[in-house]
Amino acid sequence: MILSVRDLAVSFRRDGQELTAVDHISFDVAEGETFIIIGESGSGKSLTGMSIAGLQPQAASVSGSITFKGRELLNRPDAELRRVRGREVGLIYQDPLGSLNPVWPVGDQIAEALTAHGLLGRAEAARRAVEMLDRVHIPDPRRVAQAYPHEISGGMRQRAMIAMALAASPSLLIADEPTTALDVTIKAQMLELLSELKRELSLTVVLITHDMGVVAEVADRILVMYAGRIAEIGDADAIMQRPSHPYTAALMASAMISEARPKQDLDAILGGAPGLGAFPSGCRFHPRCARARDDCSRVDPPRRPWGAVELACHHPVAADATHPLVEA
Amino acid sequence: MPPLLELDRVAKTFAQRRGGRAVQAVAGVSLSVDRGETVGLVGESGCGKSTLARLALKLVEPTAGRIVFDGTEITHWTGRRMLPVRRRLQAVFQDPLASLNPRMTVEEVMREPFDTHGIQLGARLAPRIRELLSFVGLENVDLRKLPPQFSGGQLQRIAIARALALEPEIIVADEPTSALDPSIQAQIVNLLLFIQRRRGISYLVISHDLDVIGHVADRIAVMYLGAIIEQGPAAELMLRPLHPYTQALLSASPTLAARRSRRWKRIVLPGDPPNPADVPLGCRFHPRCRLARDVCRTSEPPLRAVAEPGRLVACHLAPEETAVTGEEIGQARKGLAAA
Repeated sequence: MILSVRDLAVSFRRDGQELTAVDHISFDVAEGETFIIIGESGSGKSLTGMSIAGLQPQAASVSGSITFKGRELLNRPDAELRRVRGREVGLIYQDPLGSLNPVWPVGDQIAEALTAHGLLGRAEAARRAVEMLDRVHIPDPRRVAQAYPHEISGGMRQRAMIAMALAASPSLLIADEPTTALDVTIKAQMLELLSELKRELSLTVVLITHDMGVVAEVADRILVMYAGRIAEIGDADAIMQRPSHPYTAALMASAMISEARPKQDLDAILGGAPGLGAFPSGCRFHPRCARARDDCSRVDPPRRPWGAVELACHHPVAADATHPLVEA
Repeated sequence: MPPLLELDRVAKTFAQRRGGRAVQAVAGVSLSVDRGETVGLVGESGCGKSTLARLALKLVEPTAGRIVFDGTEITHWTGRRMLPVRRRLQAVFQDPLASLNPRMTVEEVMREPFDTHGIQLGARLAPRIRELLSFVGLENVDLRKLPPQFSGGQLQRIAIARALALEPEIIVADEPTSALDPSIQAQIVNLLLFIQRRRGISYLVISHDLDVIGHVADRIAVMYLGAIIEQGPAAELMLRPLHPYTQALLSASPTLAARRSRRWKRIVLPGDPPNPADVPLGCRFHPRCRLARDVCRTSEPPLRAVAEPGRLVACHLAPEETAVTGEEIGQARKGLAAA
């Protein structure tokens, strides 16, 4: 396993109370796989990703263990962490403007990522920056290297951010909602680019999203998060062919709008996801769950093996009760 | 009977700051919405769809063309003269938190349309507000709460209840589901459909999401760089898109099964959505079109009737050279060919 997360908890103090946004979750990511963390607002998916990258909000306290290539990343001296993360972990966000400095030419920013970690000298880093811009298919990379972020298009900024994340040849790429704010045609370009880069650079990818369509396209394994906990985790084909957790099934149904009869009601989950500090007792999904029974509001469902996957649910969707959503 | 809302060759040009070139956000668009009908307008950022929504709502003045409401031209109506129209023509926007005043209680938010239009319900106001909120699925709301105390889905319901307060005949909804979580999107789609079944109102729904538009609309118009490039009855357009741009949009979201399939390949358009300040000559889509040839670079294709009744396409090569691809994409999207 290239990445092992054990008992990870991320919490905040609010009004003298300890609020746990990521509630003691564990998972492994294998080398070379595309591992998806899917969930909606408040599920803790982004906090989980940011904690792996060491970029959780200052107010958050993180506990548990995160080992990368056998080395513990949590509670280590900053300098050592920066070295590991700068070289080994690339990060891309939803908003490229948030990660690019507006008053610095694009090429210099990519080069800086390399010189700051002592990987390359300045001249070599500048050459590498142009090479990376070319690698992400930016036309005329020499010119773009000298441009400021506002001088290039949104699609190019997205590519430049990916070039920066991959400049130091990391083995792990964490992508937090990389396609969420993008237009349809740009999203299509980004998904093609990411899968090409993953293949050619042998990357391990942890991709955080709420878009089931993206999951269907790229996932090797899936972690479904709800209200800070793991609802379901396992092989992507197994989960997509037969989602067992009612929440996973509902998320998939909501992504199948193109197959619904026009103008007819969609299968919608009732209510909204609970906010931090308002997580329900027992199974946190129970107030919205069509399969909920008495025990669901009282007893926390433990995580357990279920067919080819693991889930936390007292009453999973039965193996023979549903037709496959995705053909084998 | 005339259409309820009619945009007739409407154009909007914005002057750029610092003497830059003028930007033609909407380049002579004609579109109408009948009573009880849902028209879906789809396109990407910068295509002019939100400007078109604002023109339809009379929030900006058109540079050219006419806006006709229920047979009466209202192109240059303003202020008090617009009030009777506004009562019948309401709006819902993408971000309910931004469109509702964060310092007004829900009660004040809901009372505002009645006050604006001088409608005095007296003691009947409070039950009317309750009734509206319950109609959109919000029972027992604490009316003293402020918008930031609600979830995104609840806020969008409040915004919709407010839009319904004066019993409009049409709602212009600009990206009504785009800011919401996937499970909440389905709820709001269902709510819009429910309201239409119960009230028979018309919608002009604007979105970048062809799946949502395909589900709610009777007719669809696809916008690219300020112009409608394809239009037609929803079912036919979704099943057999004829314009290469519509085809690229639709090929991006086939069924989950198709996306999972290793055999499926989407159409990836090169380049960025273009800059409305710099509209290409000839067909405005030609620099990104895989079929483009000389005629596309020199002559602008008119929006013309093709194939089935009601279908319009602005492409020199449709339907002869585009129909087969369109059919394949439509099938993959429905999962009929299972990619």
